[in-house]
Amino acid sequence: MSEGNRPATAMAERTWPRSLTEVPYWVFQDEEVYKAEQENIFHGPFWSYLCLEAELAEPGDFCATFIGEQPVLVTRDHDGEIYAFENRCAHRGALIAMEHYGHAKDFTCVYHAWTYNLQGDLTGVAFEEGINGKGGMGKDFCKAAHSPRRLRLANVHGLIFGSLNNDVPQIEEYLGQEILDRIERLLGDRKPVVLGRFTQTLPNNWKLYMENVKDSYHASILHLFFTTFGLNKLNQKGGIIVSENGGHHVSWSAINREAEAASHYKDQKIRSDSGYQLEDPSLVDSFSEVGDDITLQILSVYPGFVLQQIQNSIAVRQVLPTEVGSTNLNWTYLGFEDDSEEQQLIRMKQSNLVGPAGYVSMEDGAIGGFVQRGIAGASNEFATVQMGGDQALSSESRVTEASIRGFWKVYRAAMGFSIEEEA
Amino acid sequence: MDALNLISRSQGFYVRAIDDGPIEEWPEFFTDDAFYKVTTADNHSRGLPAGVIWANNKAMLKDRVSALKDANIYEPHAYRHMLGQPAILEEDRTGATSETSFLVLRVTGNGPTDVFASGRYLDEYVFIDGKALLKKRIVVCDSSRIDTLLVLPL
Ligand code: FES
Ligand SMILES: [Fe+2]
Repeated sequence: MSEGNRPATAMAERTWPRSLTEVPYWVFQDEEVYKAEQENIFHGPFWSYLCLEAELAEPGDFCATFIGEQPVLVTRDHDGEIYAFENRCAHRGALIAMEHYGHAKDFTCVYHAWTYNLQGDLTGVAFEEGINGKGGMGKDFCKAAHSPRRLRLANVHGLIFGSLNNDVPQIEEYLGQEILDRIERLLGDRKPVVLGRFTQTLPNNWKLYMENVKDSYHASILHLFFTTFGLNKLNQKGGIIVSENGGHHVSWSAINREAEAASHYKDQKIRSDSGYQLEDPSLVDSFSEVGDDITLQILSVYPGFVLQQIQNSIAVRQVLPTEVGSTNLNWTYLGFEDDSEEQQLIRMKQSNLVGPAGYVSMEDGAIGGFVQRGIAGASNEFATVQMGGDQALSSESRVTEASIRGFWKVYRAAMGFSIEEEA
Repeated sequence: MDALNLISRSQGFYVRAIDDGPIEEWPEFFTDDAFYKVTTADNHSRGLPAGVIWANNKAMLKDRVSALKDANIYEPHAYRHMLGQPAILEEDRTGATSETSFLVLRVTGNGPTDVFASGRYLDEYVFIDGKALLKKRIVVCDSSRIDTLLVLPL
């Protein structure tokens, strides 16, 4: 039995509603639940985003990141392959590397100088033989048996995912074809370039952020930037894809470019009914990102990854819990190697739409905190997630909470809660 | 007036516009073709071009102000900027380049005074009619983290 089964047993004493439309508020507040998530979710049979292949371009490049709270080190070795292992010295547990992104020949733990190669093998123990035949490690000490645990890795169109669990399904099976297709749509055969990295600290439980990402219902209500300035596009079509297991989702919309051209968006400042207009409307001048009419695609992979296209603002977001009520949201803004100068400029301008100061995303940084504060004292109450029914299925309408229900469907099973008996 | 005086005077009023208002005056400290970016020391040292705020003209700064007044939704909050002495790196009669360190405290709602950001302004000033105007300001925050959101400019 792995140690991972202990919290699951404790979690079985908790009862979760049978209907996917009810989410108990204690799940955002409880320290025991938070600890159990580290085992059952982040060390569980799931894939977590680590970094971009493009960020490890050269042998020796490394990235120190996390799966949940677990520090992990992702490297590229001289054989050209990418490796990942727990970023914890086999001796007495110090971090092996501290720099977020760096370059190294090998790693030396600062504490007692144990060394590791780029694949994470323990290769050297300072004073292993002692000095003058005295001290040193026992004869039976075997370095090979003490290397940090390696992760399973998967590369999906340049996105590196890792898992600490050997029972995780193959990534293709895990994501399913529809999600794979939408990742390929944005990243397939393209060479991403990092334009910037920003960390936004969120004053709320990580799951409140994931709910928000999957919540296509709030977008036109909470985020008033486009509506206020009369920038809502004509003839939008779109929909929600919920993966078969419920855990992943895509929310997308497309414009009718002909109708848009006819309405002189590009040539004049647009007057909205509210009378507001942008002084510099070039902010929303955009080009077709991959040759189709889709201008918005928000894609999430369970548990904590987001790939985003908002017009020509492309970014990945990594959601890392740091405490029960605190989360790091790591943004990486992307362009592509073959972007023209004009396209680069458009990406720079549209970086204003997203991130901690983003016109259409800044509200999301605060809204989780409003919920976290709002539910204080309501541990035994439930959120109501009934928009669009009680299932977790794909739909043409985005006025639905289907993908939120899908998240909870996977979550409650992974955590091992007892499901309420049928009445 | 010398560069130090012109820049100090301008920066005093700049932070006053943000901290005490009216915020509509903030874009007026820039030239029409000004460049303004808020980034972090890590991005800056790696030469990564994006910003959490990125503008290449004054109109974009005005749009920031109208968005924060009329479009974006957030809990009311206020800053207090504490600026160091500007270090004048280069100067002539028409302008100067300078660096100024800053500390920004933030009070959100009826909460406490929090340290929100520290960093430095990397500036290019032009002197026009006895006033120092920003042609370029790169706001380099020391930390890679931004707490909750950044609405008011730095
Ligand atoms: S803890 Fe790493 S060498 Fe001792
Ligand atoms: Fe949102």
